[in-house]
Amino acid sequence: MQRRFGRRISGQRPADPSRRVLGLLVLAALTVITLDARTGADSPLNPVRSAVGSVVGPLEDVTNEVTQPFADATGFLRTNKSLRGDIATLSAENSRLRGEMATEPLDRQRLAELDGLTRTANETGYSLVAARVIAMGPVQSFSRTVTIDAGTSSGIKADMTVLNNDGLVGRVVRTTRSTATVLLIIDRSSVVGGRLSTNMEIGFLRGRGTLGDRGRLDLDLVDNAVEPSRDDSVVTWGSKNGVPYVAGIPIGRVESVVSTPRQSSRVAVIKPFVDFTALDVVGVVVPKGTHGNRAVISQGAVR
Amino acid sequence: MTAMRSAALTVLVCFAIVAQTVIFRFISVDGVVPNLALILVVVAAIARGSQFAAVLGFGAGLLLDLAPPADHIAGRWALALVIVGYLAGRVRQDARTSPMMAVVLVGAASFIGTSLFALSGAVLGDGTWAIDETIRVIVISVLWDLMLAPFLVPLLLWLLDRVRPARLALG
Repeated sequence: MQRRFGRRISGQRPADPSRRVLGLLVLAALTVITLDARTGADSPLNPVRSAVGSVVGPLEDVTNEVTQPFADATGFLRTNKSLRGDIATLSAENSRLRGEMATEPLDRQRLAELDGLTRTANETGYSLVAARVIAMGPVQSFSRTVTIDAGTSSGIKADMTVLNNDGLVGRVVRTTRSTATVLLIIDRSSVVGGRLSTNMEIGFLRGRGTLGDRGRLDLDLVDNAVEPSRDDSVVTWGSKNGVPYVAGIPIGRVESVVSTPRQSSRVAVIKPFVDFTALDVVGVVVPKGTHGNRAVISQGAVR
Repeated sequence: MTAMRSAALTVLVCFAIVAQTVIFRFISVDGVVPNLALILVVVAAIARGSQFAAVLGFGAGLLLDLAPPADHIAGRWALALVIVGYLAGRVRQDARTSPMMAVVLVGAASFIGTSLFALSGAVLGDGTWAIDETIRVIVISVLWDLMLAPFLVPLLLWLLDRVRPARLALG
């Protein structure tokens, strides 16, 4: 074995064996591709996927934990100019807050009313499991996915809605015990049912799969006669039993409306509320009464 | 000894893949990160030739296809990296002698690898993007790999030499 190795390195041996290996490996890769592409949901590779995931997932988690301080440290390296900018913003905010203090009693009254409203909203609200994004799929794989640090042990299953403070993030496509893979709504293969908030018209939002902060969604309305107005916001209209998307989660705002002469329909371009380049804490919508190793946030309380 | 070497290589591949999804996401350019697995395969081709690199490319590619958060048809990166490893091994004689050539080889391999991956996606109808976006992704990823190559190639060559079989014993 070692003799053969030595000879190949010195380059005296003709390239035949290496070509044979290439042929075999290409064949193997094509077999894997065919197996996975043909069988779809019950692919024989899914058990392998989850096995690899249960090894690599915790690895990603640990690496994230270790590197988090360094990532946070980039905040220290800021220029004098940006610090000056911060001072200006903060003093502006300060004076605004002083003004607000003067009208505080009125606000308190309002707050009490709002509080009642939220309580009702919470009754019909969703239960969430909080998680952090620990890894991002490279864009050169031409898909937009992230890994979060909560999995089946926290009660997370495939086809659950993922959101954050700003709006809809995506849905869970695959889980391991301690991690889950989330397909972002800006991915090309993502389709979300959406509703225009002003006229309740429904349509389908497809991800464009574009890069960075230019990530946009295309909204095809079911009724072609309706013209979406600019800056109208879009929310999810939800599917049966909230799988994969629950209803009423804000998605984005109509940025522009494009009508193509070729198709008679109009397509609205939606700018998502969520900044997909800076995802950190997200919430996964779980059924009520979910028990796991992680706190479930529901009805405004942590249980 | 062989088991030790393959274990060391596996750790190296795992680290490359985890680093590019976890650490580099903080400094990604529009979500594009350096393809460390691909750089590793090219360096393996320079150090040990096409057969070794093709096998390593298959393993690294398959792991890239299966490890979370990947969600494309499995085997696509494996196919791309097998071909990249083989081709890089064929032209490695130039790259062995000059570091400049090694960097150029990484750039060319990055272009071929990402293009092959995009092409297999187009054939399978899996995650196809608009052509201008695809080209942008390929260009950014080539630039990333070119930028990191001068640092990573010597480091990885040194590491691969550490896990190399006892060649000196053969004279």
